Amino acid sequence: MTIVPIIKRDYITKLGEQGKRIDGRSFDQYRNIEIETNVVNKAEGSARVKIGNTQVLCGIKMDIGEPFPDTPITGVMSTAAEFIPLASPDFESGPPREDAIELARVVDRGVRESQVIQLEKLCITPGEKVWLVFIDIHILDYDGNLFDAASLAALAALLTTKVPVSRFLKELNENDRNSWQQKLLDLYTIPGVDEVPFGASDTKNNLQAINDFPLPMIEPPISCTAVKINDFVFFDPCFDEEVIADARLTVATDHKGDIRAMQKGLSGSFTRDEIQKVIKGALDNGQEIRKTLNQSIGK
Amino acid sequence: MSNEGRQVVIPGQILGETPALRPGRGTFVENKKILAERLGVLNIQDNFVHIIPLRGRYDPMVGDFVIGVVEEASTSNWMVDINAPYPALLHVHEVPWEIEFADTEKYLNTGDTILAKVLSIDESKKLQITLNDRNLFKLKGGHLIEFEPSVYRRIMGKKYSMIEIIQKYTRCRIKVGKNGRIWIDGDAEGIEKVLSAISMIEREAITFGLTDRMEEFLKKDAKDVR
Amino acid sequence: MKSDIELINSEGRRNDGRGPHDLRKIKIEAGVLHRADGSCSLEWGGNKVLAAVYGPREAVPRHVQNPLRAIVQARYNMAAFSVEDRKRPGPDRRSVEISKVISEALEKVILIEQFPRASIDVNIEVLDAEAGTRCAGLTAAGVALVDAGIPMRDIPVACAAGKIGGKVVLDLGKEEDNFGDADLPIAISPRTGEVLLLQMDGHLTVDEFNEAFDLAVKGCQTVSEIQKKAIMQKYQSAAAEVQE
Repeated sequence: MTIVPIIKRDYITKLGEQGKRIDGRSFDQYRNIEIETNVVNKAEGSARVKIGNTQVLCGIKMDIGEPFPDTPITGVMSTAAEFIPLASPDFESGPPREDAIELARVVDRGVRESQVIQLEKLCITPGEKVWLVFIDIHILDYDGNLFDAASLAALAALLTTKVPVSRFLKELNENDRNSWQQKLLDLYTIPGVDEVPFGASDTKNNLQAINDFPLPMIEPPISCTAVKINDFVFFDPCFDEEVIADARLTVATDHKGDIRAMQKGLSGSFTRDEIQKVIKGALDNGQEIRKTLNQSIGK
Repeated sequence: MSNEGRQVVIPGQILGETPALRPGRGTFVENKKILAERLGVLNIQDNFVHIIPLRGRYDPMVGDFVIGVVEEASTSNWMVDINAPYPALLHVHEVPWEIEFADTEKYLNTGDTILAKVLSIDESKKLQITLNDRNLFKLKGGHLIEFEPSVYRRIMGKKYSMIEIIQKYTRCRIKVGKNGRIWIDGDAEGIEKVLSAISMIEREAITFGLTDRMEEFLKKDAKDVR
Repeated sequence: MKSDIELINSEGRRNDGRGPHDLRKIKIEAGVLHRADGSCSLEWGGNKVLAAVYGPREAVPRHVQNPLRAIVQARYNMAAFSVEDRKRPGPDRRSVEISKVISEALEKVILIEQFPRASIDVNIEVLDAEAGTRCAGLTAAGVALVDAGIPMRDIPVACAAGKIGGKVVLDLGKEEDNFGDADLPIAISPRTGEVLLLQMDGHLTVDEFNEAFDLAVKGCQTVSEIQKKAIMQKYQSAAAEVQE
């Protein structure tokens, strides 16, 4: 374990009293964010997100499988995160630690609970075959704030994911094909527009002509994380800030300005006022990050 | 060798032959050929071929001043991280305080920062450090940063010229450990200025004339320095 | 392994347009990660690999320490999304084996006697896989080790040769690997020609082996030059920055 020198902690709090941060940012300011999409050819969708020195890669793979018995007509998504030893001297190989599991679950909830992926549109044959979406998060370089980097990478990857229909055609029988075809036509024919957005105009009779199509998504919420050190609330903590933080709060907000997910972490506590402050900062920063995200996917 | 930059060499690169030249630090000999063992800058002095490393962990030598961070206190000693491949041992006899048995934590505890000296290195690279010398103590306040240990000499400069210029223009108290750690005490602006000076040295470490450029750089925005 | 797919035509042109002795496109960059002691990103055809070095640092747990020298622990890992059908995260038997042969290859060139009791950890992450990932990974590891300032006798490098459609060719691509006759990945110390890693699967006559081996060594030499250029580009630029 990296041991944080006490004088570093004292210096960060001393700066805090002067309204400053160790890297010169203001309390609610993010580091520079870069998003690069389609970085992995083998993945159905992928994105690399840099927040300052932190780098996270997310890849999406899809497969066809059985739905859960209690949700026979919805697709299945699952999220995994690996804290690979490449990213930090303190990460060890082996099964995911609780940190990695918490991260994966928070990202998963952000996507699942706000129904960012329209899973009901990913049913092929009810009760039998649905699309499976695997979100795999790879931490490449750890300099704090993995929550925001990971969820942003997951969103950018999902938003550029193409459902690999052509690769799986062989696995669909006659029944699946008919069911899926109708489904596609229902879902992807926009009222008043004749054109079918997934490429082929004669899909009714020729499923072979169906191209891969974008994963059906709605406008996603954006996660913003702040930490509390003494009485200061810092957004987008860098590693030095994160390791000495007393408490952490992640707030995901949507484009309408509503709150869609929250997660408080670490053993410190927040006051009501501090929570309000984090929500305000999450809304402001969320808007900016949303612009960056939309630019990265060419929107 | 050009006048502007020095020659960068890489592992396995042939640097010369014995006996015309003699192998120094960072080199090895194979069939009379002197080769570089690591990434660095070539330095030939009095027929000795040295490599000044550009990257890599701190390689401790007896007598080095280092800045350590206490990892663990036990009944009769402390383990101290000095940025070397191995932690260093600080024995209770090597501190200036009278310590009763198992009272070590009262004096130094996990996370404390000390300015120490490398006392000994044995064959299996077990390290010992000491606080029993002048100007060695526990550091309080200020800020601690790390730099590439290989640029230590550039940060100090010839006859300490570089570090003196930095202290003069930033009005900070600075302690530089040979192990790639710097402790800085002063006001926030001063510390910030030191940080940019250090990163400038790291970026431009293998070029000549750095001290002059540093003075120019520090003079900017330092109008209040008389 | 055999199939009816034509991998090389009568003029010696391969399906991706390469001649028999051509490498795929290779791009190497040194020092790309912030936390690691040394790092490298490498693209080799459709392969994308990252390597990061940590150490030398005290080996843990204690019982793995060698009192006389450092141990080299390479860890080759494939990202779940790096292959056509999603791979379960974590090590499998294949990646454990590859990690072992890469560790052993690197140990030969690293001056491990300088660091008793220490560990030098080399993490290789395959982000996009398209035949030849172990060669790409070892080549990236070589650059990352230099970037970490690790003392070495030489910069290790790897390349494969193989046989497709009855002909010996350099650097098998995806289809060629799947449907070819033989694959021969090797790693060498380019200065001495010493062989650090060698594996072969498929079927070669002794003459074909010799031809493939020589071709792979030539490939290694070419890749070695690209490695060196990448390192120089990273470290000479510090000098160039202040040149007028």
